[in-house]
Amino acid sequence: MMQRIKKMSDTNLLLTITIVVFILMYLCAVIFLGEGFRKPQAFLNQFNNNAYLIIIACGLSLVMITGGIDISVGGVIGLVSMTCAVNLDLKGGNIVTSMLIALGIGLAFGLVQGFLVAYLDIQPFIVTLAGMFFARGLTTIVHTNPINVKNSDFVKLRTTDVVIPGLGAENKRGVYIDATIEIGVVIALIIVLALFFMLRWSKTGRNFYAVGGNQQSALMLGINVRRTKFLSYVMCGLLAGIAGYVYFMHVGSGSPSHAQGAEMNAIASSIIGGTMLTGGVGNIIGTLFGVLSLSTIKDIVTSSGYDDPWWTGITVAAMLCIFLVIQSVIMAKKHAQGASDKKEKQAAPASS
Amino acid sequence: MKKILKKLAGNQIFIPCASLILLALFNLIADPSFFKITLGHNSNGDPVLNGYLITILDYGSELAILAIGMTLVTAATGGQDISVGAGIAIAGSVILRVLCGSDPRPTQLQTSLIVAFLVAIFVSMAFSAFNGILVAYFKIQPMVATLILFTAGRSIAAWINQNKLPIVSAECDKTFGYWGNYIPGIPIPTPVFIAAVSILIIMLLLKFTNLRLYTQSVGINPKSSRLNGLNPELIKVIAFVILGVCVAICGLIKVSRLQTINYSVVAKDIEMDAILAVALGGNALSGGKFNMWGSILGAYVIQFLTTTLYKLNIKSEALPAYKAIVVILLVVASAPVVREKVSKLFKKTAKTDSKSEGGAAA
Repeated sequence: MMQRIKKMSDTNLLLTITIVVFILMYLCAVIFLGEGFRKPQAFLNQFNNNAYLIIIACGLSLVMITGGIDISVGGVIGLVSMTCAVNLDLKGGNIVTSMLIALGIGLAFGLVQGFLVAYLDIQPFIVTLAGMFFARGLTTIVHTNPINVKNSDFVKLRTTDVVIPGLGAENKRGVYIDATIEIGVVIALIIVLALFFMLRWSKTGRNFYAVGGNQQSALMLGINVRRTKFLSYVMCGLLAGIAGYVYFMHVGSGSPSHAQGAEMNAIASSIIGGTMLTGGVGNIIGTLFGVLSLSTIKDIVTSSGYDDPWWTGITVAAMLCIFLVIQSVIMAKKHAQGASDKKEKQAAPASS
Repeated sequence: MKKILKKLAGNQIFIPCASLILLALFNLIADPSFFKITLGHNSNGDPVLNGYLITILDYGSELAILAIGMTLVTAATGGQDISVGAGIAIAGSVILRVLCGSDPRPTQLQTSLIVAFLVAIFVSMAFSAFNGILVAYFKIQPMVATLILFTAGRSIAAWINQNKLPIVSAECDKTFGYWGNYIPGIPIPTPVFIAAVSILIIMLLLKFTNLRLYTQSVGINPKSSRLNGLNPELIKVIAFVILGVCVAICGLIKVSRLQTINYSVVAKDIEMDAILAVALGGNALSGGKFNMWGSILGAYVIQFLTTTLYKLNIKSEALPAYKAIVVILLVVASAPVVREKVSKLFKKTAKTDSKSEGGAAA
């Protein structure tokens, strides 16, 4: 068993930990907290409420795999939802223009931040911290007060649900209710699959890991390091734009306080999902499970009676802290073991 | 002449001084009344100085105190602490909790302010040490490690007081408000004095202990400082703990100013300003050598910028957007890649200049 763990690549080891933790947690919730967690719809609601988080966490995973970080995503979501709300409600735009605006904002943030980080070698944290403040400030400049969108096309789009056959349940009055997911969830899952395949089998995807693992040797192998980094930020920005629209469809309004702290949740889910902050290690499927774990633990905390507003913040931070420490300890052990293995190998021929 | 200019431009203090002069000139042209200082009376009838410059000195002092700690952390670890705002909320909450007990509207304080302040310093140091341990012993990047407290900090602050908002009214204790406002009879705001004392202490520390040498050597190369007999981990934690003390002092000023606290708003976005002050002071954000005076001056320049923006009738929620632009311009200007390109450009023009001069002479 130990042998097998030792042989596992870093990515798979961390992925396994995440999935095991999630399944254990959900089982515990089903057994001890009962009812609320047992219905299929409850499980699907985890997706409905967190579709946007899945998308930005995927974007963050990409950036973190290349060894960077992007904390502007929450601000971009707020900006996108506010701008789209203004466009639809006050400026008489339609759904297509609002979607284009969302993508445009995300792309613009990605391009600028990617250029500053990849081509001017500025610390990603500083750049994206400025990006976050810029987006938050710009949101209030666009419009100060919350807007509820009443555009009929948009309301129709936002209330359209996808029915999943066979998972419905009867409610207390005996009426059968279909199990549904929102359109945003479908988008999120498509993105997860696409990124999973890209990272695993495409050349660009492999380049991401190479650059994050060791920049110097990636350069030696003839990989365009700067372009790869740039690409990761552009993709993250674009995903943040899409996530902004998904979030906008979920809540149906624009407000300066939207998605406050979303970047934090996204980073936490990504780390819980087994993406290493040092780069080169990570998996999109893990990120998906990271998001689900995070939302499950939040639900567990609130449904076991700790429903004061501060408990969720503290739990998320505690969970992030635990996983960071686990990562750090595992990596230190692995490297120590690797070093001692090497020493043994070197020592063996000398002694014989 | 050229040499003097070059020497000036090479000095670390050059950037903050230049931006200060630029801002001052802008205000002078836009509205000279910006620099007017008048002697007025506050609601208690005590003489106080009024004017934008006094506001800058007043609020810049908080930032200067934070910048001291942030400079040390930046120098030692090559990263920044983004939990200072949350830390101020915690420290302020602790002070009010100890002073008021469980009663949000006390008629009499439970203990003296000194005790409450010492408890707050202790708590703040403990949280900072937690950050420091994550950074130094678990080798987590400083900004990510402090992200934990950045999220949880305000929640913890609310939890300490069970989400109540205690108010120390003037009837209950008069002296509590002195620390963030004015001491009767002295027309200069108290935070200025607190900042002066803090600066004096840190300068003495830097002068008479090995703090400066050790933090710089750890920041430049932790491995070789270890080989020279230093303990890099311990020094990183010490830098964080000093920042913790600075955060507690700021917390005291913040709660004393309003005599109450609002957990989600107090010291909002201050981490950005503190980092900006360090960067503006000409210190490398990647660690190593530092210039304390640069950071302190940087803090006042940032406050100058904030006050100028306020004066232009910009809403406080929109401020971050403008500051973010300034940050980006600053880091772009100080990026090595850009500097190299610019210096190359200068050389080229200098060459063509000398060529044309030579041609004219011939």
